[in-house]
Order: sequence, then C-alpha cells, then structure tokens
Amino acid sequence: MTLAAHNLTVPGRLSGIDLTLQPGTLTAIVGPNGAGKSTLLAALTGIEPAAAPGRVELDDAVLGTLPPRARARAIGYLPQTGEVAWDLNVETLVRLGRLPHRAGPAADHAAVERALDELGLQTLRTRPLNRLSGGERARALLGRVLAGTPRWVLADEPLASLDLAHQQAMLGCFKALARQGCGVVLVLHDLAHAMNHADRVVVIDHGAIVADGPPAEALDRARIAAVWGLKAQWLGETGQQALAF
Amino acid sequence: MTARLTRPVAILLAALAVVLPLSLLAGQVWITPFAPPVKNAIPILIELRLPRGVLALVLGAGLGATGAAMQGCLRNPLADPGLFGIAPMAALGAVLSFYTGYAVQPLALPVFALIGGGLAMVLLGLIAGRAASVALFTLAGMMLASLAGALTSLAISLSPNPFALSEIVTWLMGALENRGWHEVWIALPPTVLGLVLLHRAGPALDALTLGEAAARSLGVEPARLQWLMVAGTGLVVGSGVAVAGIIGFVGLMVPHLVRPFTDQRPSSLLLPSALAGALLLLVADCLCRIVPLAGGELRLGIALSLAGAPFFLRLLLQMRGRLA
Repeated sequence: MTLAAHNLTVPGRLSGIDLTLQPGTLTAIVGPNGAGKSTLLAALTGIEPAAAPGRVELDDAVLGTLPPRARARAIGYLPQTGEVAWDLNVETLVRLGRLPHRAGPAADHAAVERALDELGLQTLRTRPLNRLSGGERARALLGRVLAGTPRWVLADEPLASLDLAHQQAMLGCFKALARQGCGVVLVLHDLAHAMNHADRVVVIDHGAIVADGPPAEALDRARIAAVWGLKAQWLGETGQQALAF
Repeated sequence: MTARLTRPVAILLAALAVVLPLSLLAGQVWITPFAPPVKNAIPILIELRLPRGVLALVLGAGLGATGAAMQGCLRNPLADPGLFGIAPMAALGAVLSFYTGYAVQPLALPVFALIGGGLAMVLLGLIAGRAASVALFTLAGMMLASLAGALTSLAISLSPNPFALSEIVTWLMGALENRGWHEVWIALPPTVLGLVLLHRAGPALDALTLGEAAARSLGVEPARLQWLMVAGTGLVVGSGVAVAGIIGFVGLMVPHLVRPFTDQRPSSLLLPSALAGALLLLVADCLCRIVPLAGGELRLGIALSLAGAPFFLRLLLQMRGRLA
C-alpha cells in the first residue's frame, strides 16, 4: 500500500529521486522556488512521465502501466492553479471527482454528499464558484478530490493565497485524511506549516532530495541555511513553532 | 450528451416540434392548411421543403454540438468549429472541384470537400502528435485554416472562367437553397457518427474544465480525446461544408445561448446545443426563404454572419467588462 519513486528522473528537473511514501501519513515536500517540488508531485501522480529506467510504483505496480482511470481512482491530485474554466456550482464541481468511477449513481451520490459534509460545503452546494470566497473555493476544489475517494491525496501548494484561518482549516482537513488512513502529500512553501503539521518532511533542492525525515531533523537550522541560504532558528514549543530570521 | 430530459432539452424539443411543420409552409409559395389548395403543394412540401428543413436540422445540430465541444476542449468561449482548420480545408476541397470543373459531376463536390476535411484531420494528427497539448493542437489548426484560406483565395484569383468564379464565390457564402434528399443522405450519416464521437468525448471535456493537468489526473488520455475531437468535428463540419458551404457563427453563438440554462459542464451542453443549433438554422433558413430580395434568396451564410457579428461583438465587450 505504498507510493514509491525509484530512480525517478525528469530531464532537467528531477534526478534520481528515491522515495517511498506510506499511507496514513502527512508528508510535506518543501524546497526553494524551482527546486522541482511540483514536478515531483506531478510525477508521483503519474501525469509527468518519468525517464527510463526510473519509475513510480503504486502498491508494487508501475504507475505508467496502470489504466488511467484506475490510477485516477487511487490518486487524487489537486493542482496549484485551481483553474475552473466554467462557472460551475459547488456540487457540480465536486461531482467531477467521480469521473474516473463507474460505480453507479447511488455510489456517486453518496461520495459527493460525504465530500460536501466533510468540508462543510452543504450550504454552498448550489452556489456558483464566482460567488465563493477564496477559502470556500479552496474547500470546493479539495471536495472535488475527496469525492473521488482516493487512497492518496497529492496537493500542490494548497494553502497558497489563503488567509491564516483558512490555512489552518485546510491543514485540519489534510490531517484528518491522514488519520483516516489516506496518504497525504503536500507541496508547501511555509516551513512552519511543514514543521508543525507534517509527519514527514522531504526537502528538495536542484531536483534532488537533500533531506527526508521527521520535521525537526529535515528542517534543522543547518539545512535551512544550506538550502534556502537563510540564518534562521525555530522558536516556540513542538507543534507550535515559528521560524525567526 | 446527457441522456437526461432536462428542462432546456424538453423546451427545445417542443420548439422544434412546432417550428419544423410551420417552416414547411413558408417560402415563395405560401402553403396554408386552411386556404384553398396550392397547386403542387405535396411535391413542394415533400421534395423541396422537407429535405431542406431536415438538412437544416442535421447541419444545425452538428454545428451547435461541435461548437459546444470545441469551447469545452479549448476552455474558451470564443472557440468555434472552424478553429481546427477542418471547415476551411473542406471548403478548399470544394473550391478545387469548381476550379477543376469536376463539380459538374455527380457527388464530385461533396467528395472533394470531404477529402479536404479528411486531409485536415490527418494533418492535424501528424502535426500535433500523440502527446500534444491543446494549445499546440489549436495552433496547428489555425495554421491549417490560414493555409486553406490562402489557397482558396489563390484559386479564386486564378479562376479559369467567370462562371467558375461565380460558382465558387456563391458556394462559399453557404446556403440550403436547392438542396434535397440527396444532400441529406450525404450529410446525415457522418454527422450522426461525429455526434456520437463528441458524446464519447463528453466526460473528458468535463475533466478539462479543471485544466489539462487535473484532467490527466482524472484519467483523461490526451491522445484519445484529440482523436475523438478531430474525428467528431471533422465528420460533422466536413460533411456540413460538403453539402451547404461555409455556415459560420452557429457553433459560436448557440453554446452561449444555452449555457446559462445548463449546469455549465461541456457534456451537459452538447445535447441542448445540438437542439438549439438545429432550431436556429431552421428558423434562419426559413427567414432567408421569405425575406424579399431581388435576384433570389438571401444566402444563409450571409444572414448568420450578419446576425453573428453583433453577437460576437457583444460577447467581446462582456469579456472586456469582466477583465477590466
């Protein structure tokens, strides 16, 4: 029940990534701009092809050999852009998450209702996206992923452009998913979020993994200085730490 | 196309059921059920107006649904079926049949046009490749449209005689005048097949609403989608151009008219757009028949462009307002 990259290489962006992700954990991928975080996430999702002989495996099956819909049912992907071309309402957007499934209307309905319930979207279900706040829109987009009932949720900078309260709410959703046994992988820019909320942190720089482990180890002062070129220190208690420069 | 009988679908079906019989009565010779019988009324209805009405339904449905699919595929409300370059290439094929004189042979004109449309589909596939993005695909289509337009202009400028020149120019304007059951049977099978392919593309078009990366993560195979879109659009547009010439703006206007009455997913727009396209073309052709004009009927392509240009301008102004 793992998602694993073996010698994963995307020419010019990732080189020789070896990474095994476990379900039931929240993994944060961090690194400077251009380090390859989004490319790694896209490759783990299966939408960015890896150069041979590198590969991504889902439960020991090579991801690229799985039927696209089977892969989509297992891995839910939330892209950074949050693009929605037409002015759908919340329920219609969330229902798009059922596209890879052929489970029938009853199962689709149940999954959509569950996603709407989990994210507190029931009262917004008929509202068009252009009349949602940024936080509501982010929840609706995550609802689309959850409606697909994936075993893995991979999200690219899901907290970008959200205010502090909505960031905490979204992080709460992701942590709850991990507690339910889902594998959650988030690309994050805010190192404090990674330190305080992730079970595991993977630090990427120049397309390679430079640290991988518990947050306190992966994000120690020396690592931050080496990767980000910043002299910084952690303040506060475990789980509520802030980065001071 | 969703199989659900939604309210817009029911209203459009009812409108078609009313308008089609009424349209048969209108023309240079008015046929009214309650007036004294018109001489040759039955042949006029069965051999002239009914096939013309059916052809309007077929072509309008094809153009409306293709427009909705194109806008969904390109995620752009300004897209229309001509963007892939298939219609201009089909028109080029037809123009070449006039240029070479083969157009006088039975079936030569539609065959030339279908070859032109088919060639465009093959070239698109070769240029864009298997894993091409929608943007590259669209650019390839625009290149083909530009090339076909230039070659059509060249054929017109080098036209061998005034008769051929007149035929080309008149035909390019698009019309259903003098079309019969023969043209219906040429256009109907490819249009139906094309609509089936576009229907198969529906879920992938819905996924594309979220962008290409999210669509691929939802299991969309870009190569399959492109094949469905090119083949579906090619069959519908190519066969339409083959029997009626260039009829613009239907594919652009109709999805906009019906979108507010749907849940806005591209797949839910296909069937209402097909029905609304059929209704629009039927009404427009009927008006072309009854508008008094010296020298014959108003050409359908001209009438739709006259109506479509202000619509397009309004759309642009609305978009400018939203982006300001």
